[in-house]
Amino acid sequence: MPTQVEHTEYMYLRPTKKFPNVWCAGCGIGIVMGALIRAIDRIGLDKDEIALVSGIGCTGRMPVYMDFNTMHTTHGRALAFATGLKIARPNMKVITIMGDGDALAIGGNHFIHAARRNIGITAIVVNNAIYGMTGGQYSPTTPIGSKAATAPYGNIEPPMPICDVAKAAGATYVARSTVYHSVELDRFIEQAVRKNGFSLVEAVSYCPTTFGRMNKLGTTVDMMRLLKENSLSISAAEKLTPEEREEKIVRGVYYDVEKPEYTQLYEELIHNVQQAEAARLERA
Amino acid sequence: MTTKLMQGNEAVGWGAIAAGCKFFAGYPITPSTEIAEMLSRELPKVGGKFIQMEDEIASLAACIGASVGGSKSLTATSGPGFSLMQEHIGYAAMTEVPVVIVDVQRLGPSTGQPTSASQGDVMQSRWGTHGDHPIIVLCPVTVGQSFELAVKAFNYSEKYRTPVILLLDEVIGHMREKVDLPDFDSVERVERTATDVPPEWYKPYGDSLSDVPPMANFGEGYRYHITGLFHDILGYPTTRLDEIDPWIERIHRKIERNLNDITLVEEDLSESDKTVVVAYGASARSARHAVKLARQRRTKVGMVTLLTIWPFAEDEISRVARIAKRIIVPEMNLGQLALEVERVAGRKKVIRVNRANGEMVTPQMILEAIEDR
Repeated sequence: MPTQVEHTEYMYLRPTKKFPNVWCAGCGIGIVMGALIRAIDRIGLDKDEIALVSGIGCTGRMPVYMDFNTMHTTHGRALAFATGLKIARPNMKVITIMGDGDALAIGGNHFIHAARRNIGITAIVVNNAIYGMTGGQYSPTTPIGSKAATAPYGNIEPPMPICDVAKAAGATYVARSTVYHSVELDRFIEQAVRKNGFSLVEAVSYCPTTFGRMNKLGTTVDMMRLLKENSLSISAAEKLTPEEREEKIVRGVYYDVEKPEYTQLYEELIHNVQQAEAARLERA
Repeated sequence: MTTKLMQGNEAVGWGAIAAGCKFFAGYPITPSTEIAEMLSRELPKVGGKFIQMEDEIASLAACIGASVGGSKSLTATSGPGFSLMQEHIGYAAMTEVPVVIVDVQRLGPSTGQPTSASQGDVMQSRWGTHGDHPIIVLCPVTVGQSFELAVKAFNYSEKYRTPVILLLDEVIGHMREKVDLPDFDSVERVERTATDVPPEWYKPYGDSLSDVPPMANFGEGYRYHITGLFHDILGYPTTRLDEIDPWIERIHRKIERNLNDITLVEEDLSESDKTVVVAYGASARSARHAVKLARQRRTKVGMVTLLTIWPFAEDEISRVARIAKRIIVPEMNLGQLALEVERVAGRKKVIRVNRANGEMVTPQMILEAIEDR
């Protein structure tokens, strides 16, 4: 008799949503989706408490499969929608899921300002260094020299360091892992969702269909192996020269501090204003 | 009731609070900024929340997000910011999320003349976002009406699950008038229709008798999907024609079958008026004065003020066209709503009186048109 395999993930998928999903075979986005579900399950959050807000692109399609309050918004603006939702519902866990082009090119301004406010939103950026859905144009994280549909002679723009930008802007939790290191990714996402403040997890992924093909990186397995062999922990990276580090994916928790969270500050503001107003009316 | 002297912009803010607005997100821009300033001060007093976002795109996005969370939401802007908001007006129409957008029109295009008045956004308020969609656009003529129409804007928005645009112009926004503010508790407030079915039966975009499906707020136990893609009755993306067609028909039908409720028109007409002035916003103030002067000279002239400019008052203007020989349309643009009047006026003469340099159309200009026979 075949044994029944129980997957935690299945309990969080929508019973009414038709599968298969939109992603190509071998895509890394599904691994991030699994990591997110496992993190939520480990924290033990109620499904009704969770809102997933995404933008446009391959990664933007992730929330629809999951049985939470889900919102697929416009390109780059997931964090702006999430900001309004979080302010209206401060008790909800609001998680945004974005791609690299989505979060950092068209949505770069919202990314910086959501971090600056330290609003209690978790931002997960799936970084595959390419615009996948539109056919492989170069993104703000495409490495120098890589080919893309709009960089046929190789990309000459330097990539944006997502974690550094988030930290500088004011995020209170910043971590990076890859879809190969899925156990670590689960843990970072769990820590980020638990964080009371703006938290960022950069999940380094890959796109075998566009980036991999145009840069002759082989199969999905080859690209996975690249994530494994080309990445190292923050402590190991410290032993390298800056030039050597440039070439590597440095994994770990970059930053983790406590600062006042925006919606809590606003609740305090309302409390103080209403008390002052009541006192004023009493005097009048 | 309290009597106060205030600006149109302030009256909009008070109207929003009276309507139950609990969230404002905006970005500073002349000549609408007073709305943001007064709501940053007043919203916390009623337990509401204000946030100044990084741009107008984010402002309307935050409003839609807050509305999905259950807060009645408002943003306010002017021309350049209104241009930036267009994508999210379409998103709100597509996802049927109630939200109110104030556009205090200034002279354009581009940066134009920030402190000068205009009615140049009439067509943009109707067709600014891509794709076919219904929209409700209201235009106050007085400061008192700015309060009343702000309340109406929220009520329509909640009742029909649609974005509503409150289209002021710099004249109405910055002008001060005496206003009789009603007791806010006596103001009629419409709330979105909540669902009463168990969560597993809830269809966020399902059929309903009113064509407006009940709306569940996030965080209240009804977990569903919202997307700007065409979607089925559960909210999931679809490319099926048998799901897209009924949806497009329904969102138009929900407005069209309620034109009697939505089309607000003030008529000052008699059956013998051969000349009728059709106006809205600040131009209606000049028009009313011109009509008064003409009548003092015993010229027979009627006046129709459109408080709802979109959907366009086809029935009302057709009726005017049956009586009148000439319809005069004064506008602070080069002729935008006149195009609609011409469309329904048949062979009747439509005379445009236009000014697009930041100055108002004067009563004298309209009077000359009335008497130029």
